[in-house]
Amino acid sequence: MEKRVVITGLGICAPNGTSIPQFEKALRTGKSGITFHPQLKELNFSCQIGGKPSISEEKLSEYFTPLQRRGLNSSGIVYGVVSGTDAFIDAGLEIAENASPDWDTGIIFGTGILGVDKFREAIHLIDAGKTRRLGSTSVIQTMASGISAYLGGILGCGNQVTTNSSACTTGTEALLMGYERIKAGKAKRMLVGSCGDHGPYIWGGFDAMRILPGNYNDNPEEASRPMSAKASGFVPGSGAGALILEDLESALERGAKIYAEVLGGEVNSGGQRGEGSMTAANNEAVQRCITGALINSSISAAEIDSINGHLTATSKDSVEIENWVKALHLENDFPYINSLKGMTGHCLSASGSIECVASVLQLDKGFIFPNINCEEIHPDILDLISEERIPRKTIEKPINILAKASFGFGDVNAVVIFKKYNYVC
Amino acid sequence: MTDKTILEKIKAIVTPYVQRKEGLEDFSDSTDFISDLKINSANLVDVILDVEDEFNIEIDNTSMEGMLTAGDAKRIILTKLEN
Repeated sequence: MEKRVVITGLGICAPNGTSIPQFEKALRTGKSGITFHPQLKELNFSCQIGGKPSISEEKLSEYFTPLQRRGLNSSGIVYGVVSGTDAFIDAGLEIAENASPDWDTGIIFGTGILGVDKFREAIHLIDAGKTRRLGSTSVIQTMASGISAYLGGILGCGNQVTTNSSACTTGTEALLMGYERIKAGKAKRMLVGSCGDHGPYIWGGFDAMRILPGNYNDNPEEASRPMSAKASGFVPGSGAGALILEDLESALERGAKIYAEVLGGEVNSGGQRGEGSMTAANNEAVQRCITGALINSSISAAEIDSINGHLTATSKDSVEIENWVKALHLENDFPYINSLKGMTGHCLSASGSIECVASVLQLDKGFIFPNINCEEIHPDILDLISEERIPRKTIEKPINILAKASFGFGDVNAVVIFKKYNYVC
Repeated sequence: MTDKTILEKIKAIVTPYVQRKEGLEDFSDSTDFISDLKINSANLVDVILDVEDEFNIEIDNTSMEGMLTAGDAKRIILTKLEN
């Protein structure tokens, strides 16, 4: 029999909050984590702002041993380890010391590219003929699976430990991969999530593509404007989000807190056909991904209370809304919809998991966070849905079902359906 | 530089990598990096780099392979310092 999958732990390392209570407060108050980065100005970036979590040296030493901190220069690993460890502890799980690993717990923790600053260090040494000076940590900090490897060792996980990568869908895809593994009975718990480095070597390529806003360097907090008439590109971000998925029976046995249930979801690709390309989505694929997620979750479109969109703050936001409208057929009763990216920017490979954490918090605590920097909604969006469906102020309201979507370069899509867990039924 | 000074410097260099701290209590020529101090074998290259920086010498791969104990390290350092 297929297992039911619930969420029993959360961890976050977002530009606007590096603990769950801090992040929840930021969501409710619409706090931006976007700041000006002098380094980007010095390097002649057009967009000199970004979203970067703030981790103190003191906090760092709570998660890494002095030995692990020697030569540590991979921000993605820092964010991933902080959020992943927090999710594990939040779930009430204990880190086994010097015992056997926990055979029933695995990890799927994705990333786009890992440890670029460490890799840059290595490139300089190699080009100077000093390869032997790299030391032992160059490989582990720059291999894509470095993040799952660090977490696997810190937490002692003995089930599948791996890293997935699918651009900006990575985090949401990781969640669905972990969900499938538990559903199939192959693991009791999966730590799922994703992380992304910050800085010029991650963000430069996007700046070169001229898809980032260059006109908000003096007022960074207003730069990221999903669904706004004045949206002028996405603000690059970084960080990590993590969730513990667990077999419902195991969660109940342990008496764990249950944040929400994962009803199901869908992942697909538009094959870069039709209007799909390396950087744009095929609309039919997006719609099929949404309807597929509903079918796999055995719910109807009308049951969705709220949507957390991908909505990056480019001209494609209205296309995404159109896809939701066409897939759900709810023109007159469209769910609430919001985008976290107004506050965090687009955290790229980390975005899916950070936004899944934000989505689950809304279900657990019964609120819908506001869309910030969206005073004037884009007219193309207003042609599709009613203005009051796009909250600009926090709505305190119990919600039962939430749909979360992430889309990524390579024309790949992921949609997951979360449901508030009802202890009585 | 006396043998004792070199040994003390080696002890300071390896300390961050040591996983069995008791092994540092009677640190001597015969202290084995892997069996007594439980230093992860991958970290031995980091120890070598730290030794190179401390003594301003270069330790080739052949010398590194023979560096199993604190005494081995001391002898290699002394040889390199003489050259």
